[in-house]
Amino acid sequence: MSTSHDPVLPDLTRPESELRSEIGPYFGDFGGRFLPEALVPALDELSEHYEKALVDPEFLAELRRLAAEYTGRPSLLSDAPRFSELAGGARLLLKREDLNHTGSHKINNVLGQALLTRRMGKTRVIAETGAGQHGVATATAAALFGLDCTIYMGEEDTERQALNVARMRLLGAEVVAVTQGSRTLKDAINEAFRDWVANVETTHYLLGTVAGPHPFPAMVRDFHRIIGEEARAQTLERAGRLPDAVVACVGGGSNAMGIFHAFLDDTDPLVRLIGCEAGGDGVSTGRHSATITGGSAGVLHGARSFVMQDEDGQTIPSHSVSAGLDYPSVGPEHAWLADIGRAEYRAVDDEAAMEAFALLSMTEGIMPAIESAHALAGALALGRELGEDAVIVVSLSGRGDKDVDTASRWFGLVGDEPARSDLPALRALARRSAPRAPHETEESE
Amino acid sequence: MSTVDTHRLRAAEVLDRARGEERSALIGYLPVGYPDLKGSIEAARVLIDHGADMIELGLPYSDPVMDGPVIQRAASAALAGGTRTRHVLEAVEALSGRGAAILVMSYWNPILAYGPDAFARDLAAAGGAGVITPDLIPDEGERWIAASEQHAVDRVFLVAPSSPRDRLEHVVSHTRGFVYAASTMGVTGTRASVSQATQGLVERTREAGATNVCVGLGVSNGEQAAQVGAYADGVIVGSAFVRALLENDGDDAAARTALATVADDLRSGVERSRTTT
Repeated sequence: MSTSHDPVLPDLTRPESELRSEIGPYFGDFGGRFLPEALVPALDELSEHYEKALVDPEFLAELRRLAAEYTGRPSLLSDAPRFSELAGGARLLLKREDLNHTGSHKINNVLGQALLTRRMGKTRVIAETGAGQHGVATATAAALFGLDCTIYMGEEDTERQALNVARMRLLGAEVVAVTQGSRTLKDAINEAFRDWVANVETTHYLLGTVAGPHPFPAMVRDFHRIIGEEARAQTLERAGRLPDAVVACVGGGSNAMGIFHAFLDDTDPLVRLIGCEAGGDGVSTGRHSATITGGSAGVLHGARSFVMQDEDGQTIPSHSVSAGLDYPSVGPEHAWLADIGRAEYRAVDDEAAMEAFALLSMTEGIMPAIESAHALAGALALGRELGEDAVIVVSLSGRGDKDVDTASRWFGLVGDEPARSDLPALRALARRSAPRAPHETEESE
Repeated sequence: MSTVDTHRLRAAEVLDRARGEERSALIGYLPVGYPDLKGSIEAARVLIDHGADMIELGLPYSDPVMDGPVIQRAASAALAGGTRTRHVLEAVEALSGRGAAILVMSYWNPILAYGPDAFARDLAAAGGAGVITPDLIPDEGERWIAASEQHAVDRVFLVAPSSPRDRLEHVVSHTRGFVYAASTMGVTGTRASVSQATQGLVERTREAGATNVCVGLGVSNGEQAAQVGAYADGVIVGSAFVRALLENDGDDAAARTALATVADDLRSGVERSRTTT
């Protein structure tokens, strides 16, 4: 019954085919609600409000207005001709979520959940954050909606993402450095759950990724579906056809699920969906965050999915240069898509990601978040595999301002540590990458 | 059935025993492996010797979302010290046959990793009574329900002040042994007072069909135990014991003395629970 297609937001009520119609609580064998009974009523309440909101024209109109007037949607789809040269000449199209207000895709979900918070009559939001992007987005929405806001962040992450900590505080949020466990994102999530149990009457847990107990995986994905809806329409318009592949980074997997979703049923011809997990020092070293590539089925943070765990089911701390991907589980829908073979997941190690970070900066003047740089590195490799006729959409999920400190250290621009990648060599490579003749739109106007 | 079963005390038996003595039961929690495996077994023996009817042995887990800072600290230390799932079963075996029912409290993923059926089987073989699963709701518990039925292991699910009638009925109908009523919306830890609303939760849980309802979270002294024991079948104490261990880290004799003092106070609380009104 699809009404005239809204370019800004997907029509969330339109009927869907099989792969796109999964709404939880289970995605195949994955998902569910593995958490204390005390939170069941809150999850039921959230599900109920969410399901009502999805078919409420007033809610959808408000979300649409915020997307257009606050976030700045639709986000651009940018050709990247010089960077594409480094990908064997394949045409890479960048979905520019970095241009959203607050600098990443995270705002899409945050605005949706903040609206739901208000509808539930709650006055406080809490959130976990790794890189700080979700924390900043949540603090922003809390300011916009007049909500109290507490952000939990692993102590290690508060150190490597100090700029975002300051941003959150300047936006009026309280930032709590979590000192338990591995002091990273997983421990921040534990602490947020503890806060939620104690304060659930007044507080909504504004979970930032497609993980956690039902309804979070489906709900967070739905608020991010706009990414894929726009990218699909923009690619059809720009290239005259669907892409050969869509590439996105995967930590918990929210930007990836958001951009993949619109393409799930594009199986003939096949649009390959490729998630780039954080390979850290390399999957073989054990110091990585590539949960699907190197983990096993288990339960963490309320959902059955893939988990990095030892033989006793104890979580193994993850590792990545990117705080936002440094998470030892993954959204259950990704686990399912991997299981049924609809999406492929590859590990991209720290070094490849940092090189892609520098190369995009130096060939296109776009500095990506290190998270997104994993997708860019994946796209460079994929482009070389597919050749110059390929069209590849890459989710540029966030901008890299927050990562300047980490990158400066990595490339030896500051500090006493030796450079871990050769920046002059990358610069030389970037210089040699002259754009070919611009890609032509294959569809006549 | 088997010879093991004849001396394997189940939760309901010790709750009935306490009921026969016109008191509430005392249930003590300790994490296995803190200060080390042997030390945690010794500590549990102290609790049994000083009046605990039931012991909950905590299986330390890397991501304990229901636990406050005290238990987190001990569990982290236990894991750092190399505590494994099989050590928990060893502790069960070492403590069974001493007049207390021995339960394990575990988050779901370690049991999932061990294999739910194997865990229930090995727990029963070790003389354990059952398992408390703080992050498993009956809705997700199909495998556990089957495994615990198969091996006659108590299956303790939780209810909370937020639980509406339909959830209470759902939980009660799937529980074996006793229902664990969380006294407060929150995590484990000692609290200055136990909420008045707790009695209401226990009553609502009974109305939903529960025979045995034990109250946990926040109880730390005899006075609170007497209050809660007046309406609950059992009083569950964890952080107060763990704190006694943490505060005497490195001095086993002092730790045992401190545990005994806390246990004696709690035991006297449950003993007067039905007479002081």
